Amino acid sequence: MAIYLDYAATTPMDPKVAERMATCLTLDGLFANPASAHAPGRQARAAVEQARSQVAALVNAKPQEIVFTSGATEADNLAIKGVAHFERARGKHIVTSRIEHKAVLDACKQLEREGFEVTWLKPDADGLIQPESVRAALRPDTVLVSIMQANNELGTVNDIAAIGRLLKGHGARFHVDAAQSAGKLPIDLARLDVGLMSFAAHKVYGPKGIGALYVRREPRVNLEPLIHGGGHEQGMRSGTLATHQIVGMGEAFRLALEHMPEEALRLTALRERLWQGLKRIEGVLLNGHPSQHLPGILNLSFPGVEGESLLYACDKLAVSSGSACNSASQEPSYVLRALGRDDQLAGASLRFSLGRYTTEAEVDEAVEIVTREYRRLAALAA
Amino acid sequence: MDIYLDHNATAPLDPRALAAMQPWLIGVHGNPTSVHRYGRAAHEALEAARAQVAALVHAQPAQLVFTGGGTEADNLALKGVCGGAPSGRVLVGAMEHSAVLGPAAALAKRGWEVEYLPADAAGCYDAATLGRQLAGGGVRLVSLMLANNETGAIQDVKALAALAHGAGALVHCDAVQAVGKLPVDFGALGVDLMTLSAHKLGGPRGVGALVMDRRVSLTPLVDGGGQEQGLRGGTENLAGIVGFGKAAELAQAELEDRMAHTRRLRDQLEAGLADVPGLKIFAAESERLSNTSQFALPGMDGEWLVMEMDKRGIAVSSGSACHSGSGEPSHVLLAMGQPPEIAKGALRVSFGAGNTESDARAAAQALKEIVATLGKRVAAVGW
Repeated sequence: MAIYLDYAATTPMDPKVAERMATCLTLDGLFANPASAHAPGRQARAAVEQARSQVAALVNAKPQEIVFTSGATEADNLAIKGVAHFERARGKHIVTSRIEHKAVLDACKQLEREGFEVTWLKPDADGLIQPESVRAALRPDTVLVSIMQANNELGTVNDIAAIGRLLKGHGARFHVDAAQSAGKLPIDLARLDVGLMSFAAHKVYGPKGIGALYVRREPRVNLEPLIHGGGHEQGMRSGTLATHQIVGMGEAFRLALEHMPEEALRLTALRERLWQGLKRIEGVLLNGHPSQHLPGILNLSFPGVEGESLLYACDKLAVSSGSACNSASQEPSYVLRALGRDDQLAGASLRFSLGRYTTEAEVDEAVEIVTREYRRLAALAA
Repeated sequence: MDIYLDHNATAPLDPRALAAMQPWLIGVHGNPTSVHRYGRAAHEALEAARAQVAALVHAQPAQLVFTGGGTEADNLALKGVCGGAPSGRVLVGAMEHSAVLGPAAALAKRGWEVEYLPADAAGCYDAATLGRQLAGGGVRLVSLMLANNETGAIQDVKALAALAHGAGALVHCDAVQAVGKLPVDFGALGVDLMTLSAHKLGGPRGVGALVMDRRVSLTPLVDGGGQEQGLRGGTENLAGIVGFGKAAELAQAELEDRMAHTRRLRDQLEAGLADVPGLKIFAAESERLSNTSQFALPGMDGEWLVMEMDKRGIAVSSGSACHSGSGEPSHVLLAMGQPPEIAKGALRVSFGAGNTESDARAAAQALKEIVATLGKRVAAVGW
């Protein structure tokens, strides 16, 4: 059995989530179309609305501010293209960073092709986007700023409260990709100056294929929808609601709220144990910020070896050398390159991401495997 | 809930599809894009499901792009084809689902010239009319459904597509309601793009697919990550896709039985209602989906009838679920030339493989009771 340390790519579903989903699928359950007027339809609708409240509760939003989508990628696209297309008459400038998830990068690149201008902010050496750099990039015609809360490769956590504050008074909308951070860090949208926030269920022990976009009501953020049709989700996202998926996300977010304090402590300790074990390797480098990070992510670069060989040698570990969404490309991580790591160090990096089911024994075994295999490869290379 | 007769709105998940999904819902599973063993196993399951769905419509697996549902696939087809140009002409059927009418209206707002192909009284699109509209020239895309979700009327898409191609247009076909209810062959139909939905054929909700000729170039709706050959970013809904695959395999194996079974029930219902004075069955003269019957009862409001049936434990609808509660008459029936007062009276009954003869009998009985006992109290609305 391999050791799964890739919780940032995707998480196994919590069995309680699977249990709730199973009640919304077959003839004996809440299978009906939530848009149908009959009793089974109304019952399905009630389950959807309960889930909406559960999602809202994790981030202290109002239920009507939650729009369900097919995942965080769609939510990112809806936020970015939706605001840009709606606000097009007001301005064509967007600010984002070079280390956003591909969902944000690719949506912004598409807008560039449509004639928008995008400022791509550089992170500092620790992988943080400094609020000052956002301020410096703002222009009168900036319609959107999109900065992630936590980076999926590094785990670094940006100060979105400060970025939101400095945008106050400027007309630009603030979108935050919180796919990695929701359920891992406390988020209070009533206190944050954030207009839009993306969430994924499958990063928080919920199902794949469901996510949500928070769209602030006051002051109201307006969007041009990506998907038009029957007018579901207040007209912002049409398509028959997948009750089981939505209920699964609701349950996952409810569990996240319940477990967060205890889980954050446990994962922080496990990550520290992993880091203490691996920092004994000569020359190993921590990618990211030493303290401003998610509890469960540790990203390291290993000098003098080839990334692919290291990943292959550590085959017993399910870890990644970057985001799963880029793993097919075999290119060195663009995130690490943006931090100024050279090709070798960017290539020979491992992202360990720990989660609800990770044990101390697994961490210890991971330390042992990586240490042994690295030393073997380094000796061969020398 | 006692009797569910609203399968065109959504069908319950087939327990065998759920069984196929189960292993992908429980335990540790990789992201299909990850290179480690978990990711590779997920990727293999994804591709097996793609082959199953492709087989149902006689397409190549590489022609399938999985989406978050039929509505997204329709949007991807229309906006994707038209996204590359600032303007042009698009023809869409007047009886299309809102998943096609919605993006068509969005294109119109962007400056595209959108025209609607009218239907005849029997609920069908007419080739001669399409020919006249195409003659105007410059049509980029024609979007026509294979079977109507309300009346069940089956369109001669093959002939219509040939006409459109002759005029240099691309053709999209919304086959959401047809696939799993009648044999569909993507290649033989001769369309360039075709929309499928899992939950109309016994699969889970939240999954659909766009089947496409790979020579057609599309602008994606959802960018990021490069999944689905760059046409649809986002971590795949693996359990959903696996369920779609299994449901498609079952639909293919059981298609003839399902068609015969639901036709028997539908005909039984219609025979049971035959002596209701003034009963109007829509598109009855056309070839229809075997499971669907849409009709109006004299002097009755469709939405009120839905609630009356609901009180008796029978789930039916007045038309598309996506419009329920709007109080608007069905645009499908209006497009067929029905007056609004009759269109507002419509009720749709759609059977599934799990229904029985006693369900059909109970529905006919309940409707006749409503007509007999309560009908008098309702203000006549037109005839």
